[in-house]
Amino acid sequence: MNSSTTPFQIVVCGSIVPDPLQTLEPVTAAGGPALKNEMMLPAVLDPWAGHALFEAANLARSVAGSRVWLVAMAPKAKLQQVMMTVAQKVPFELIALDGPASGFTDSFETAAALALAVAAIPGLDRSRLLLFGGWESASRGAGSTLQMVGERLGITEQFHGVDQLKVTDGGLEILERVEGGKHQVSVCAGAPAALGWATGNLPEPRNNPQVGMVNMRGIMPALQRAKAAPVKSEGLCFASVNLPRQQRETRVVKDMPAGDIAREIVAWIGEE
Amino acid sequence: MESILLLAHTEADGSLGRPALEALAAAKNLGGVLHIGLAGAQVQPAADQVSGAGAARILAVSGEAFGQARYSTDAAAAEALCRASGATIVVAPSTSRWSRALPGVAFRLSGRVDTHATALAIQNGVPAVTRWFYRQRMEAVLTRAQRPWIVLLDAGCVPAWSGVAGTAAVETLEVAAVETRTTVTGTRSPEAGEQTIRPDAKLLFVAGAGWTKKQSDCATHTADAEKLILDFLRASQASLGGSKSLVDLSGEGEAVLRFMTHLNQIGQTGATPRHPKGLSTCCHGEEPHAVGWRFVGERRAVNLDANCGWARGKADVVYVADAFAVMREVNSLLEK
Repeated sequence: MNSSTTPFQIVVCGSIVPDPLQTLEPVTAAGGPALKNEMMLPAVLDPWAGHALFEAANLARSVAGSRVWLVAMAPKAKLQQVMMTVAQKVPFELIALDGPASGFTDSFETAAALALAVAAIPGLDRSRLLLFGGWESASRGAGSTLQMVGERLGITEQFHGVDQLKVTDGGLEILERVEGGKHQVSVCAGAPAALGWATGNLPEPRNNPQVGMVNMRGIMPALQRAKAAPVKSEGLCFASVNLPRQQRETRVVKDMPAGDIAREIVAWIGEE
Repeated sequence: MESILLLAHTEADGSLGRPALEALAAAKNLGGVLHIGLAGAQVQPAADQVSGAGAARILAVSGEAFGQARYSTDAAAAEALCRASGATIVVAPSTSRWSRALPGVAFRLSGRVDTHATALAIQNGVPAVTRWFYRQRMEAVLTRAQRPWIVLLDAGCVPAWSGVAGTAAVETLEVAAVETRTTVTGTRSPEAGEQTIRPDAKLLFVAGAGWTKKQSDCATHTADAEKLILDFLRASQASLGGSKSLVDLSGEGEAVLRFMTHLNQIGQTGATPRHPKGLSTCCHGEEPHAVGWRFVGERRAVNLDANCGWARGKADVVYVADAFAVMREVNSLLEK
């Protein structure tokens, strides 16, 4: 199979998170910890899932015949709000699951729900499947869901912290983040594979209303069809959830000559 | 009483790195029966290194196939070690290698996994993990009923175990040949050509987008900025971080610092490094960036804006000054 010409079927798993500029406060709800006014907080597509989606669309554009699905689990109403923006970025088909997007849910059960949704995509050819997602979410921040989705789908070629994917005649050349600011270079002999994306190399695409209109024709029915995906997080018990003490007594230094500041900084750097 | 497995992979020379020894210390703190599981091309040096740790058994999966960091082989090795040990709690370091492989192993074992743990201790008679949620914005302590429970401990949270090396008896496990379609061909440094990320550095130096903006003479001085920053990094051996706005510039066609990549990014969608000190320059200290400083001890900032985020309780000291002038002076002092 020649990887450079065989179309891929790319499934991106991603959810929504509170807008990073919002103030977050934990509260105790009936089912465990939650965010105060969680349903009122403006949400965005999870940043790393966003990178994965943009990379997927870029790959699909470069390999003719490829398709991109976004499998997203979140409260349906919030997901619809976020899709109004995301839909304008790149072409994709939405598979929506009506479930929690909280960081306090368990990745094991989330993965189970996502894997079922992926497996149920009509006509999905698993031999051409590239399973994409963020390497972590900005909510749970675990970096464990995608691997478990991959395992459930029988994908044992997995990559984590991916910054680059190149399709070559020999397969997929993949750069993953490793320690010390380096990348590990691997070659995978084609699909199926799971890739948890770090930042990648692509800028966020500009909004394209025409892409948005085409996407929304499929997104609205997908949201209406969204199945309930309860995630109970059984066996997981939170003893406490607290905001850290983050306020410092800041000394603001004005009108000090650059030389004096430099001396102070150098002395501070040298202190043990 | 829980049965504990310290799960570690060896380094290229067969020894254990500091993160593995930190995880070993955390595993020992739990009490219980300790097992050690090692995976790598060669494991005897590592086993000898921890022979004094008091492990009931030292198990190993070794061979060339397990010398490379690759999901399929690492997961197979880890699965075999976990099953053979029968451990209910598996403690492992949060290396890139285990972070890739162990969540899948948790699924294979019908267990659960928690990553980025910052503490692991017995609370009310049961093991409890401390970790952060929402990108270091809230800290939780959690317990789980399911076993096995795999916990990946972040580096720098626990003092590393140390003990006298000896000669250890290792039980080698046979793992059936793993089918893999992945070949690891090596590592690659960013095109910057110079190492700027130093996880063990005492100082984190962060550059913000202000370095590439027009200065008081209405012109940009990107080349000067590059030289000042690189000279400082060489003299101080600091690690370099960048704000998202700065690393994003390269994708937007604007003037950029050529050595700055997304790997340097600190913050909500970047890294959260652990350094004793941090110096921020030309960066506003807004919340999505500042959450990446959660584990930076002493913080100072140089910024022309006296009302920047750093001045509102996020730094210990804010110097309201031109970073170009200050860093020029700092470099000349460090050269002496």
